Amino acid sequence: MDLNLTPSEQKFRDEFRAWLSANVPELWRGAVTSENRADHIAYLRRWQRRLFEGGWAGISWPKKYGGRGATLMEQAIFQEELALADAPHLIGTIGLSLVGPTIIALGAEEQKARYLPPILSGDEIWCQGFSEPNAGSDLASLGAKAVRDGDDFIVNGQKIWTSFAHIADYCLLLVRTDFESAKHKGITCLLADMHAQGVSVRPLRQMSGDAGFNEVFFSNVRVPVTQVLGQINNGWSTAITALMNERANLGTGIQVLFKRNLNALIARTKTIDRNGRPASADPIVRQKLAQAYLELEILRLNTNRALTSLSKSGVPGAEGSIQKIYWSEMNQRTQQIAQEILGPYGQLADFDDGQWQYGYVRSRGNTIEAGTSEIQRNIVAERVLGLPKSY
Amino acid sequence: MDFDLSKPQKLLKETARQFFQRNCTAARVRELMESETAFDPALWQEMADQGWTALIVPEAHGGLDAGLVELAAVAEEMGRACVPGPFLSTLFATALIRMAGDPEQQARYLAPIAAGDLKATVAILEQTANWNVDSMAMKARRDGDTYVLSGSKMFVADAATADVILCIVRAGDAIVIVPVARTVAGLTIERMPSMDETRKVHRVMFDDVKVRGADALRAGAADAVVRAIDIATVALCAEMVGGMQWILDTTVEYAKTRHQFGRPIGSFQAVQHQCADMVLLTESARSAAYYAAWALTENEPAARLAVSVAKAWCSDAFREVGNRGVQVHGGIGFTWEHDLQLYYKRAKSSETLFGDAAFHRERIASFVVDELPRSAGRVVSEPTVAAAR
Repeated sequence: MDLNLTPSEQKFRDEFRAWLSANVPELWRGAVTSENRADHIAYLRRWQRRLFEGGWAGISWPKKYGGRGATLMEQAIFQEELALADAPHLIGTIGLSLVGPTIIALGAEEQKARYLPPILSGDEIWCQGFSEPNAGSDLASLGAKAVRDGDDFIVNGQKIWTSFAHIADYCLLLVRTDFESAKHKGITCLLADMHAQGVSVRPLRQMSGDAGFNEVFFSNVRVPVTQVLGQINNGWSTAITALMNERANLGTGIQVLFKRNLNALIARTKTIDRNGRPASADPIVRQKLAQAYLELEILRLNTNRALTSLSKSGVPGAEGSIQKIYWSEMNQRTQQIAQEILGPYGQLADFDDGQWQYGYVRSRGNTIEAGTSEIQRNIVAERVLGLPKSY
Repeated sequence: MDFDLSKPQKLLKETARQFFQRNCTAARVRELMESETAFDPALWQEMADQGWTALIVPEAHGGLDAGLVELAAVAEEMGRACVPGPFLSTLFATALIRMAGDPEQQARYLAPIAAGDLKATVAILEQTANWNVDSMAMKARRDGDTYVLSGSKMFVADAATADVILCIVRAGDAIVIVPVARTVAGLTIERMPSMDETRKVHRVMFDDVKVRGADALRAGAADAVVRAIDIATVALCAEMVGGMQWILDTTVEYAKTRHQFGRPIGSFQAVQHQCADMVLLTESARSAAYYAAWALTENEPAARLAVSVAKAWCSDAFREVGNRGVQVHGGIGFTWEHDLQLYYKRAKSSETLFGDAAFHRERIASFVVDELPRSAGRVVSEPTVAAAR
């Protein structure tokens, strides 16, 4: 047991840290509006291009495909350093962390040659067409259908909660191709062109005001059969491969943001009054801040244990689910503590740049996105504890 | 980075697990619980033969001088078996003697402790039941080359078993640690009947008890007390993790075998989610306890903070795991007959021992609110946080 970084992990960190300090661009300062959205996207594409040119895009990918073959621990350090450096987020994240690894695992050689390089460079942005209005937690019941017509599939149906669809060039799309078999057995995974005729995208605005995800409609969209990833009617196992990659991301980056947020709250309590003294001297406030602190610290420790365990086993297990439940619920509790401490100021759009009101509302989605807390608890019950399936 | 037990540490833990499964069954725990002292001399000697009373004793005094991660591994298994007796009390005293005793005092106590020949405890709490060392009020009066102790200490664990009781008292402005033999004239020990009878606590009354001045442990006594509490707290947290694991395992097993509506109750999500929460609570407790053990061993600057993080979490989590475990069991879980009661009550006595969650949260606040926090916390690349005093 040694929680210090090994010399090679330190070397990796120092190298990336040095690169970041020379390359992180001036932060995008303006609020994103419909007028400047294109500029913002161009800015984020340039940032990913710069990472790519520096050799820092897709670091978990094998060297053969343009990655660095980074260890899990290095990936965790990478995410952490990005956040510590206040670097812009990665616009190609779905391609880098989800689609790319799945193509590497299951794709034909021509597919790898065609799709992997532009994912790394940020020239092609991907989205993930999984959820549907009637297939959320029960993903395998999806109904978007693809019917064979010569060398093409003709796709009809609707996807929802599709992040990045409004800017995406391609979609990792799950469709039903066999209508007779059991629900898990008739699914196929397609690499679908988002610019094809018949694809339309409608942005959905979130409670927080963000417009990060979308509804996507497919109306007689032709997708060549060569665009099947994995095998026809075996798309469920392709989806599981993709989701494993998603859940193996243990959230070292987001924790830096949580820490920054908590430190800002602690600093705030020193300047606001509560019963005639600084809030930071109030025993109840102190208890709540300490609870928020210790919960975040335990998240860090759980992460380090999960990283160790994943590094040794090499197989993503239920660690991701445990992490997801913990951080999402913790963030909601901490955001509520901030609201309690700040009172009506916490709700203001122009107090501390509105970070508290935004953080509170945004955290509401944490226990729903990327697998609800309920689904994650089912996974823990079944895969960690071996309890019988409930459905 | 490697946050996992090493092979020898895993082996030690496995050995301890099998040992207690064999030598401290639930039936034996119940017998001890119903006895006056909850002390089993044969079990104690066997534990000493395994080297567990010698874990943190220096090699010079016949000890193993092991790290606190090793201690935590053994303590976790004691917690899983709900082992009664003076292990934690003696450990607390051992840590205190290591830190505040001069070489002669160390030799006098530590070698027999390591061999299993001497049991010890620490008398610290008073009527206020406050673990803050500054709140200690009982005085030792100096009379020539003798200390004269009068007053009483409360909630003293295993006082009726311990051969020596280390009393934390005030001599003038200074805190001194006065070792008192249990059999000395003027000392009265009275059991305080309490919820968790696997861990006996006592009122210890001093009526002009005389101790040679030279016997007092003085080296940085106040600081030594705080540091010894930290070490004992780490062992307690690990013990609590073991208790949580027992409740979790027992509850999951029950949920798989108990049928209602023609199905195992563990197939219902309402039950599954209780169990999943128990996993989160228990694993988080384990992360916090072992990190604190490692940090204290490595003299990490933030080790004291890590101890409070662990105790604050474990205090709440053990109780909560107990609540969920009993709830999933239903009526049978609420019976005297079911062993859950042992752990449910152990959770409560552990919750307050060495300071409850609120006590440790205030200590955390004194580190992270009163001292300027760093601008951003690192997750993997460096152990976190502002240096704890």
